[in-house]
Parts: sequence; C-alpha cells; structure tokens
Amino acid sequence: MLINQFLFLAAILFCIGVYGVLARKNGVMVLMSIELILNSVNINLVAFAALWGTRAPAVGTEATAATIGPVFALFVIAVAAAEVGVGLALILMLYRNRRSIDIDDLDLMKG
Amino acid sequence: MNFAITIPYLLDKVWIFPAIMAGSFLIILFFGKRLSERLTSGIGIVAVTACFVLSLVVAGQWIARVDHPPTGAEMAAQEAECGATPSEANAEDRASEDASDDGSTSVGSGDQGESEPAADTGSEEGSLPAVGVGPGESASAPPVETAAPAAASAEEGGEGEAVPPVCATFTWFQSGEREFGAGTLLDGLSAMMLFTVTLISMLVHWYSKEYLRDDRRFTHYYAFLSLFTASMLFYVLGTNTLQMLVGWELVGVCSFALIGHWWEERANTNAALKAFLTNRVGDVGLILGVIITFYAAGAKSFDIAWINEYALSPNASTGLLVVGALCLFAGVTSKSGQFPLHTWLPDAMAGPTPVSALIHAATMVVAGVYLIARLYPVFYSGLEIGSRGIHYVALIGGITCLVGASLAFVQQDLKKVLAYSTISQLGYMVMALGVGAWTAGVFHLFTHAMFKACLFLCAGSVSHACHHTFDMREMGGLHKKMKTTHICFIVSGLALAGIVPFAGFWSKDEILVGSYEGQGSPYTIMLVMGLITAFMTACYMGRAYYLTFRGEYRGHAHPHESPKLITVPLGILATLSAFVGFLNWPFYFPSAGLVHRFEHYVQPTFLFPPVEVAKFNPYIAVFSILLAVLGGVIGIGYFAKGRPLAGLTDRVAPLRWGYQFLENKLYLDKLYDGLGELMRGRIAAAMYWINMNIIDKVVVGAGVASRVAGGLVYRYVDQGIVDNVVNGSGAASESSGQFLRRSQTGKVQQYASLLFGGAVAFVVVLLITIRLASNV
Amino acid sequence: MTEEMLPVNIAFFAIAAIMVFSAIRVVTTKNVVHAALWLVGVLAGAAAQFILLASEFMAVTQVLVYIGAIVVLFLFGIMLTRAELGKSDDLDNDRPQRLVAGGVAVALALVMGYVLWDAFRAQSFSLVGSTTAQLGQTTGQISDSIFSTYLVPFEALSVLLLAALIGAIVLARRD
Repeated sequence: MLINQFLFLAAILFCIGVYGVLARKNGVMVLMSIELILNSVNINLVAFAALWGTRAPAVGTEATAATIGPVFALFVIAVAAAEVGVGLALILMLYRNRRSIDIDDLDLMKG
Repeated sequence: MNFAITIPYLLDKVWIFPAIMAGSFLIILFFGKRLSERLTSGIGIVAVTACFVLSLVVAGQWIARVDHPPTGAEMAAQEAECGATPSEANAEDRASEDASDDGSTSVGSGDQGESEPAADTGSEEGSLPAVGVGPGESASAPPVETAAPAAASAEEGGEGEAVPPVCATFTWFQSGEREFGAGTLLDGLSAMMLFTVTLISMLVHWYSKEYLRDDRRFTHYYAFLSLFTASMLFYVLGTNTLQMLVGWELVGVCSFALIGHWWEERANTNAALKAFLTNRVGDVGLILGVIITFYAAGAKSFDIAWINEYALSPNASTGLLVVGALCLFAGVTSKSGQFPLHTWLPDAMAGPTPVSALIHAATMVVAGVYLIARLYPVFYSGLEIGSRGIHYVALIGGITCLVGASLAFVQQDLKKVLAYSTISQLGYMVMALGVGAWTAGVFHLFTHAMFKACLFLCAGSVSHACHHTFDMREMGGLHKKMKTTHICFIVSGLALAGIVPFAGFWSKDEILVGSYEGQGSPYTIMLVMGLITAFMTACYMGRAYYLTFRGEYRGHAHPHESPKLITVPLGILATLSAFVGFLNWPFYFPSAGLVHRFEHYVQPTFLFPPVEVAKFNPYIAVFSILLAVLGGVIGIGYFAKGRPLAGLTDRVAPLRWGYQFLENKLYLDKLYDGLGELMRGRIAAAMYWINMNIIDKVVVGAGVASRVAGGLVYRYVDQGIVDNVVNGSGAASESSGQFLRRSQTGKVQQYASLLFGGAVAFVVVLLITIRLASNV
Repeated sequence: MTEEMLPVNIAFFAIAAIMVFSAIRVVTTKNVVHAALWLVGVLAGAAAQFILLASEFMAVTQVLVYIGAIVVLFLFGIMLTRAELGKSDDLDNDRPQRLVAGGVAVALALVMGYVLWDAFRAQSFSLVGSTTAQLGQTTGQISDSIFSTYLVPFEALSVLLLAALIGAIVLARRD
C-alpha cells in the first residue's frame, strides 16, 4: 500500500471539508464539514502510524512512532467531540436569539 | 559857501530817505483812520517834501564829490566798502586833481545846493561856472578803471577820475562763511533817481490832496503812496541785487494796491491782478538773473560793485553773463513794459491818475531801466554792446517803441494814449541802453519823468473837470475853459514829441545819435525805428491834443479850471520839462561849463564799461524835428475842419484790418488770455486727468493688482493646491478605507475563504522558492 | 508484496470511493438529515480504513465516539434548531461564494497533492505479516502510552472536556 493513497484520500476529504465550511450556510452543516476535516486528519495520523510501525525503530523510549498516531488521533476525536458540543450549544443559542442558524446573518462584525 | 560846515555829510546817510518815507507809511497806517484827511495827507506831504529837499542836498554833495574826489587810502576804503576790490593806483596822491576847472565847478556846485523846488541842479540859473573843458574832451567818456588789480587808467586834466560811489553797509546775514551785507550805495545815478522820485512823489502828494478829496479810502491811498516812495527809494539806493529784488517786489505790491484802489469795480481788480501777475512772469527772470550773476561773479557776493567788477574783468565768462543779462532783461521786460509783457500798463490806468503819473510814468516803470543802467557792465560785457551786430536789448526796445506808438493811435481813452506813449518812451530808453548810449537813456528817463508826469496830471485835471471821464470822445474845446492845463499840456506834449528846445528833444536826439553812431558801428535799424516812432509820437499827441482841447465840447459836464493844488504841480512840471533838457547841453557855449553836466555827474566812472558818447549830429537833430512837426501837423490836420482823411480806415479794407489789429492791442491780450485759459483750462484739466486716470490708476491699480493676486493665490494656490492636497489625502484615506471596508463583510465564511486562499498562495510561493533554491 | 496486498488495496479503493462520494454528498445535499447520514457514511468508511491499517482500537473508538455520540449530537442539534426537514434551499451560500469556496478547495487540493506526491512519491508499506502488537497499536500499548508518556496531554484533554461540558451546559441553558 502506498502511503500516498491514504494521504491523498485524506487530502481529498480535507478539501471537501474546506469546501463545505466555505460553501454551507447552515451552521450545523458547517460543523459537519469541520468533522470531515478532522476525520481526514485522523486518517492521516493512523496511516502514518502504520507506516512507521512497519518501518522505523522506536522513537523516544517506549512509545514508538506507531503508537503516537493512534494516541494523537484519539485526542483529536476527544477534542472534536468537545468542539461539536460547544459548537452546537452556540448554534442553539444563536437559534434562540435569532430564530435562524444562517451564519450569514452573523455579520455584526461588519466594518 | 562851505556847506561842509552847516549841512552834515549826507552821502553815507542816505538811508534816511527810505526811512522817512517808511515812517510816514507806518504813521499813516496806524493812525490815519483817526486823523482827518488833511492831517493824513499832511503827514505824507511833509515827509516827501523833506525827502525832496534832502535829495537836493544830496545831489549837491555828490556834485561836490565828483569835483573833489577823495584820495588814496580814503578812496580805497570807499571802494572796498562798496564791495569792489580796491586798486593800488588809488593809493597814489592825486596832486593834479585840483585843476582850475574843478575849482570853478566846485563854486558852481555850491550854488547848486540851494533848495528851491523850482530850481534845477546845475541849470543855467545861478552863476555859470568857468569853462571846464571843451566839447571835444567831454565827448570822450572819462576813461574808466577796469578791473581791480589793473592800474588806474590815465586821467585827463584831473577830470574823469574814477569816483567811487559812497557806500554805507552793514552785515545783513551770514550763511556759512559768507557774509551778506546790505546798505546804501550813492552815486550820480542814485542821486539823480533820488531827485526824480522825490520830486514827482512830492508833486503827486500835493496833487492827490485835491484829486482824491473825499475819497472812500483816502488814508489807504496816502499810506501806499508813502510805502511806494519808500520802496522806490530803497530800490535805487541798494548796494546789492538782493536789496534791489526786495525793492522791486515792494514797488510791485504797491502798484497792485494802488491800481486796485477802487476795487469795488471789477475792472480795477482785474487790472491790478493783471499788472501784478504780468510782473510776476518777468520776476522769474529777474530772480534767475540775480542768481546767475551771483554765481558768475564767483558765488561770493551779491554786491553790485562786485558783479560789475567781475563783468568788466577780462576773464569773465561771457556765456554766463549773457544768460544772466537776458534773465535780468526778462524782469525788465515786464516791469518796464517792453514788448511782449507790456499789456499790463494800459490796463493799469484803472488806478487814480496821480498813481498813473507817479508809478506808471515816472518811477516804477523806470525801475527796469534803472536795473540795466546800474548793472550795465553785465549787459555790456554779456551782450557785447560794444561790438557789431543786433543786440537783443536794443531790438526789444525798438520794437516796443513802435508797438507803443502804433497802439496809441487807436485809443479813445486819454490815459490809455499816455500809457502807450509811456510804453513807447520806455522802449526808447531801453533801446538807448541797448546801443550803448548810457547817458542818453538815463537822461531820457529823467526828462520823461517830467513831461510824462505833467501829461498825466493834465489828463487828471481834465477828467476832474469833465466828471471823471477820460474818454476823449466826450471832451473837446477845453482850451477855452482850462487855460493852465491847456498850456501845460502843450508844453509837455511838445517835449514828448521832441521839439526843440523842450526837454524831450535833447534826450531823444541823443538816443537817435547814439543809435546812429553806436559804439563804432551804427545801429541803423534802431535809428530807423527811433525816427519812425518820433514821427508817430508827434502824430498821436497831436490827435490827443486836438480831441481833448480843440473842436467843440462833446461832453455833458461843465468843465472849468481845476483848483490850485492841481494846477501848481502842473506848472512846475511843465516848466521843468521845458528847461531841464539843457542839463546835457551838447554844444560849446561861451559861458557854459554846462556842457554835458548831466553826463558828467551822473554817468558812473567807477566800474563802468568804456562806452562812447556820441557827438551831437545836427542833421539827425533837424531831421527828427522835421519828422515831429510833420507828425504833429498830420495828427491835428486829421481832425481839422473838412476832415479829408476821416473815415479812411472804414473805407479802405487793409487800413480797417490794421485798425482792428491795433484796436485789439495786437491781439496780445487775447493771446495771453488764451494762454491763461489754456493753462488754467486745458492744461490744468489735462494734469487733472493725468492725475486721476494715470497716477491714481497706477496707485489704485497696484492695490487692485495685489488684491487680485491675493485672491488668485488664495483661490488657486491655497484653496486649489494646498487645500486640495490636504483634503485629497484625507479623501484618499477615506476612499481607500471605504474601499477596503468592503472586505470587512462580517461574514465568517468569507474570512475563512481568504484565510485558506492566502494559505494556499503562501504555500505555493514557498514551494516555488524552495524549488528554485534547490535548483540553484 | 503488492499481490498480497491486493485485496487490501481493492478494499481500500472501494472504501475510499464510498468515503469520497459520501463526503461530497455531505457538502452538497440539500437535506440536513441526509447530510448527517452521509456523514455517518464517511465516518464509517474512516473506521473501515482504520481496520485496514491494523488500528482496531481506533476503528472502534471512531465508531463509538464519532458515529455514536457526535452524529447523535448533530441530530439533536438539527432537531433543536428546528431545521427544515426535507429539501431546503437554505443550506448553501450563493453562487459566487460557492465558486470561491470551490476554487479555494481545488487549489488546496492541487497544492497538497503536489506536495504529497513530491514528498512521498511511491513509498509503500505492507502490513502483511504484522500484528497489531508488532505495530504497537494494541489497546494496551496505546493506553500505556497515554497514561505514561502522554499523561499531561491526557489530563489537559480531561480539563478541556470538562470545560467544554460546562460551557455547553452554560451556553445551552434556557434562561
């Protein structure tokens, strides 16, 4: 398996996620796109873990390069969960105040 | 008789003459209003009579001095006193001066000092002095001393030494290191003028008492008469040109005041103004002449003797002298009524007749002639009278003769006839001086004063009788009613016309001879002019006489003879004009030490150019008498019964034009009025226009220009450029800000787009850089 | 090697295709709930990829946390915000914005593609014959690593979760 195929996959997902962030008007959709991005990162990390696991000796003392991948990915998942929680709470508040979750309406910072 | 004991030496105290008259003026001025007419006139009469008596004494003392001139150091001192440089030759003793003739003349001169109003000085009354010198000798002028360091020229027989005038001076003012003096200068000319002025003034004072009886401004009149006499005496006694200037102006002022004596009538005021202003025009020349002669003579002194000495010195600057002489002559032109500034004289007849007699016949108008006579070396050297050629002074004199005489024909006013006659005679005097006949001119001045004053006073007497009109058309046939006036008029008229043996003949004849012979070369033109004028003089006098005294009375009054106070002066003057001509008797006469007495005593010997005195020419004398008689006959015959020539000027066109030309006084008055109008109207308007439009516009324009420039700077530079830059930078910031503001949409996704796009771009750049770096 | 990996590759590509297609559908669908479901597809596909990469722990964690919790959370959020069920046109920005977004995404893709290709070319690896333990990706090894080497980040993460929890509660409170 080429490492690149995993990386390309991640890159494509990332770009689709970017597109979604920029193109979606609904706040929830934006959050979903952010999830896509984070997932692409996870795939990247795990792919590299596999790569180094089959290749390189251990980096550091006990942890190997292969271990780092999943650990980091785990953290990413945790953070993503926290972020989605808070984000949705925000969107909920936004909905309560404005009766809409159109983030285009959030242009109070307009200069 | 030795007058040195009983009478004080007056010659250096002649300042009392103007002082007495000035005192009289002041008294009349301050107290006259309170005094009666009699007292006022009395003060004036007493003062002037005293002056006249003293003038006789002065004349006598001068004659004595000429006969016994001072010697050596005293002479040198007196020469220095006058302002001239004393010559060393005078330090020599003059042992030869006490010749027998001097002794006899001194005896004769002693007799001449008598103060009889009717006596002439040196007339044939009294003992005739012994024969002095023959005519041949007297024909040559006493050789005169030339300029100072040169030795005195040789004298002949004691007579003809240079007798310096008697000067008494004091320091008037100082300027820088120069001192300017003032004082009196007395020589023969001054003594003669003293005599003339005081005599005529005295007679006029007596005359005016009756003529101006109950006049509205009697006091003023006598005050001004005194002032005038004082000024004239001051003038003739001046030692320097500044004093002469002062006197000149003062007599001008008095003339103005006296002409306009009855100023309620507009015509009199205009006449007075015309006189004064015309004189002013000439005074410019006079002042210039004074200044030029001052500087020409080395800018040291205004003294006449100094200037004369300079003029006679061999290295005198002829150019400066001629300019100075011409400038001085400009003053003479106006004051002495020469052509073309004579126009004021006829109009001056608006004043009272005694004034005309005193001022405009005998004294003031001769001030100019006196000026030339006094400063004769300046004229002689400057205008080169001793040489060939036409001389400006003589020429103007001749023209004046003709102009005056021709204009006298067409006058209806008796006084105007006499005024033009005065102009003509003044022309004679100036012409005489111009051709070098000094004594002739001065002698004519002397005789003219007599007979012209007499004529004027006769005219006054006539008008006094004819209800104050001078128009001859309203006179006539007065010979029956005013016998004394008639006779006096005839005598004076004959004197004026130059009929022998009256005074005018002798003086006029000398002038004619002087122009005939000249200073070596004859002045034929002047001779011709003089002869023509003589003819015309007799002609118009004949006309005037006939119109006034003959024929039938055409007026409305009841003429009768005037009172004594008028006729006595007439008589005195008539007598004088009959006999005073003999003072300069030109012939050898067995008992006459009488020859050329006038010339002997009056012509200066000190600082005087070597003029030649012409000999008596019998042909000219007879010719001039014939001309005069012819003229008189024609003049009278014109108006005689039958009047064959009457109306000639109406019938013949050229004569009519000529008549009109003369009647309009040669259109000179129109010319001067036009000039005045031009000055006043056009030129003043032009000046005003220039002032308002050009000068003011320049000033205003400068102001406007700066204002406009300021406005331009304000609008274009300040507001346009500077403000625009400032505003523009602000606007640029704002617009750029507005422009950039559009990027702040507040939309997160746009920010994110920019973020990602920027990141991509950055990475690309980085890649390229790394790629390039690694390639290199 | 490749022959042995052939089934893995086929599996990979199949799953990758599904994932990509799902991802595209996530960002383009007009139905919010469908988008959440397509997201499930993506996440599931990611889990499958983890298994292919011999990271069973990760796969399970992915399914449990992501699909089990996060997507549910999304659905709750959709419900609470009364999102329009069914098709709605209100999900996308207007065309210019989408074009810009598309442009950015494409540019990003190109750049990343170039970089990745330039960096890794054709490096390959094979997991045939390797066990998870050999790879060091067993659960025990991961937890060992978390609680020893990476303890501090773990604690920080706990705090973060706590903060997020409290924050979410505070934000979503109804008062």
